[in-house]
Amino acid sequence: MYGFLIAVGILLLLSIIWMVYRIQTLVSVMKGSDKKVATGSNKVNAFMFVLFLVGAGGLMFWYSIKEFDNYNLPVASEHGVITDQLFWITMAVTGVVFIITHILLFWFPYKYQYQENRKADFYPDNNKLEVIWTTVPAVVLALLVIGGWKAWSDITAPAPENSHVVEIMGYQFAWEVRYPGMDNVLGDHDYRLTSATNVSGVDFTDKNALDDFMSPVVVIPKGEPVLFKIRARDVLHSVFAPHMRLKMDAVPGMPTRFWFMPTKTTEEMRAELNDPDFVYEIACTEICGRGHFSMRKEIRVVEPDEFRKWMAEQKPYIVNNPSLVADLPEELKELAEITISEHK
Amino acid sequence: MATANTATHSATAHDHHDHEHHDNFITKYIFTTDHKMIGKQFLITGMLWAFIGGLLSVIFRLQLGFPDMNLEWLRPLLGGWITPDGALDPEFYLALVTMHGTIMVFFVLTAGLSGTFSNFLIPLQIGARDMASGFMNMLSYWFFFVSSVIMFISLFIETGPASGGWVVYPPLSALEQAMPGSGLGMTLWLIAMTFFIASSLLGGINYITTVINLRTKGMSFSRLPLTIWAFFLTAIIGLLSFPVLFSAALLLVFDRSFGTSFYLSDIYIGNEALPNTGGSPVLYQHLFWFLGHPEVYIVLLPALGITSEIIATNSRKPIFGYKAMVISMLGITILSFVVWAHHMFVSGMNPFLGSIFMFLTLIIAIPSAVKVFNYLTTLWRGNLIFTPGMLFSIGLVSFFISGGLTGIFLGNSAIDIQLHDTYFVVAHFHLVMGSASFFGLMAGVYHWFPKMFGRMMDARLGYIHFWLTFIGVYLVFFPMHYIGIAGFPRRYYSWTGFEFSNMYTDLNMFVSVAAIITFAAQFIFVFNFFYSMYRGRVASLNPWRSTTLEWTTPLHPGHGNWPGEIPTVYRWPYDYSKPGAKEDFIPQTVPLSATPESNLPHEQELVKLEKEIMADEETELVANEAKQV
Repeated sequence: MYGFLIAVGILLLLSIIWMVYRIQTLVSVMKGSDKKVATGSNKVNAFMFVLFLVGAGGLMFWYSIKEFDNYNLPVASEHGVITDQLFWITMAVTGVVFIITHILLFWFPYKYQYQENRKADFYPDNNKLEVIWTTVPAVVLALLVIGGWKAWSDITAPAPENSHVVEIMGYQFAWEVRYPGMDNVLGDHDYRLTSATNVSGVDFTDKNALDDFMSPVVVIPKGEPVLFKIRARDVLHSVFAPHMRLKMDAVPGMPTRFWFMPTKTTEEMRAELNDPDFVYEIACTEICGRGHFSMRKEIRVVEPDEFRKWMAEQKPYIVNNPSLVADLPEELKELAEITISEHK
Repeated sequence: MATANTATHSATAHDHHDHEHHDNFITKYIFTTDHKMIGKQFLITGMLWAFIGGLLSVIFRLQLGFPDMNLEWLRPLLGGWITPDGALDPEFYLALVTMHGTIMVFFVLTAGLSGTFSNFLIPLQIGARDMASGFMNMLSYWFFFVSSVIMFISLFIETGPASGGWVVYPPLSALEQAMPGSGLGMTLWLIAMTFFIASSLLGGINYITTVINLRTKGMSFSRLPLTIWAFFLTAIIGLLSFPVLFSAALLLVFDRSFGTSFYLSDIYIGNEALPNTGGSPVLYQHLFWFLGHPEVYIVLLPALGITSEIIATNSRKPIFGYKAMVISMLGITILSFVVWAHHMFVSGMNPFLGSIFMFLTLIIAIPSAVKVFNYLTTLWRGNLIFTPGMLFSIGLVSFFISGGLTGIFLGNSAIDIQLHDTYFVVAHFHLVMGSASFFGLMAGVYHWFPKMFGRMMDARLGYIHFWLTFIGVYLVFFPMHYIGIAGFPRRYYSWTGFEFSNMYTDLNMFVSVAAIITFAAQFIFVFNFFYSMYRGRVASLNPWRSTTLEWTTPLHPGHGNWPGEIPTVYRWPYDYSKPGAKEDFIPQTVPLSATPESNLPHEQELVKLEKEIMADEETELVANEAKQV
């Protein structure tokens, strides 16, 4: 019944719109406005541009200021401060251009709307003007690029020797985090060794692998360089840590990396934001299938002392999975057993 | 002289043609070789696709704006893609964004825009009887049609259409185990795109050949309307870049079906280690974006060309800096081939490449900026008439500025680290290439509708359509900048799983409502279009009082465009409001010798030359006629 009533209502509405449309067409034919070059609507449209400029501009400023603390994510890495700075410098430069060009674009239609007794200026070219507005943007862009290039070179430079290595491996649909253990060297991996117990495909015939351990959270120290070694096991993923201003694709068959320096512990950030539940997070930003939107991992930034304590407490992966080293050659097996007994 | 001979030759050839030619329904409307009808075929097909593409976006906007909404009412349409508890299936969500992107970029803004207006306008504006090869032109449409049918079918198969994003990066798109859409749906996607590429190439070769060879007498390159320059350069870009997409697709087919490892390496999926080693997914990205980036200009340049023409006409002023406009477009054309890797700053490619591509990318901003300044100066001190076409053109310039400026952020690799694959990117390209090109398409339809169908579209409905769409587009895409800066990733089914993105539900709801209203507003256009086609006021021959050649044809130009001799061109297409002239426009067909009162000093010198050529021509014509008798 409701469906029927709605249908009748829509039909009624449509027929009213139709009538109005026909009447206004007939009126315009009667008035002969179709013979004119520009009708009264020209004035209305010209005015609408100005109205839009004021209305939309006001809305933009109001919302941008009101929401600033919401959309401006706090930053917690050393290079992030620099890229944020570049972002806001670019925002200032482009913002000025945006506002000026739009004022002109919407004010000209009002100012120069059609008038029967006026003739447009025949003004086909001016080379001086063209040169000016080619060189000025060129110089401004060059300055912006040089700033960006310097930052980019620093960010992508090789990681410092003393970086803490963390391996992050993406797969459908989670991240696996592996630490190199006390030797700070990750053991080799081979995707063919992947199994339910060896999710990262670690190759335990490499003795560097024996003290590697997994962690459900990424724990890193504040104020010391951290190197993420990133890889993927099935399809492309991308490690995105928004507060660290960090993003790097995880590519099957091609390890990638990203190093950075965390500047605030989780606790400090909680205090700063006055939010006791705050956590740093990793999300996936390369489409990877059904669970793309749910590849969450937590990062915990702690004081260096706490980090070392935490590291010391971790047990190598093989301690709870001795079957992984059962088939090793004699020499390595001995080493593995020593490692296991040390941590028992 | 070469052009002159061709013109007279084709004119005589056509006369014979006309006598023996009788169009029936099939040769007139279906397998037609008339460029005007082919242009209309592209337009109507493009509009159908735009409707489908828009509808898909409305469905996924429902999910993003109203995640808790019960979508049971969509079950008649979507069937099993609605989960038992009434939500959208996450895999189908990905299929929706993928197909929305594919459809809009290729089927609407490439075929629907370039296909329509290159076909329709090139012969009419350069003074040619038809395209260089009418048959190839027909094939171009029918390859596109086959491609459309295959892509359309893929929407309805059980495992769903391709779902790996419109860029279809392997390994996701190569492995059926990774998602169901990478099975049959992806196969159909690849087949459809192959046909599409063939269609684009057939069309492009034709456009280029026609512009080079079939210009009427006097139509030198420096007298071409900017529309033609834009279509010409667009076709060149397409011709050089689409084959690379084809090779990318071909290698993907090999990887999918024949066990090669171009893109695959070290993969463990579905509890199984695959044998592929040595391939590189990044290789695919390089190949894809070698087309993918020029593709941006393939959709944008025609829109800019159309806008240049419409803004000049309705400002009653010559386009400011014609040469600068042409040089800018040439610059964009060349640079568009050397910026592709700015889509890949964080793909794991060598960061040194990132530096190079950052520099090249920001260079391409310069010709774009020049174009904007030239548009503004064209409006300055004009006598502006706001036809719907003009409104959409001004809207285009606005989107081009808004979206272009955010490109400066994204082209800077250091800033891109944070913004890459967030909603900031979505906002950026939907404004600068999506909406801007769409507005170019709309402007073109409103402006050339009288030439296409001999009737006028209703202007008032056009105004309403424009303002709803213009405001609507900004309300949809501007807020996306904020959530992009906040780090919201693209292609997310839901953001509530993360602390940092567990907000802005209100803003997303707002965006979805705006999207639905904007989508609904397009039906005003659809009505106006089809109603005016049959019942609109009959147009005058030159309703916008424009200078270009298409307005010298009859109201319903037949096959061959001009009933008699093809008109000769004596001047550039932008003689609007020339000082001294009686009217505020002088068509290209008016000789300089006929307008001594408005000629500029250097033109006055050309008058003599013009008279000599006309005298030559006269004797040649007489001689030709004597021969024929």
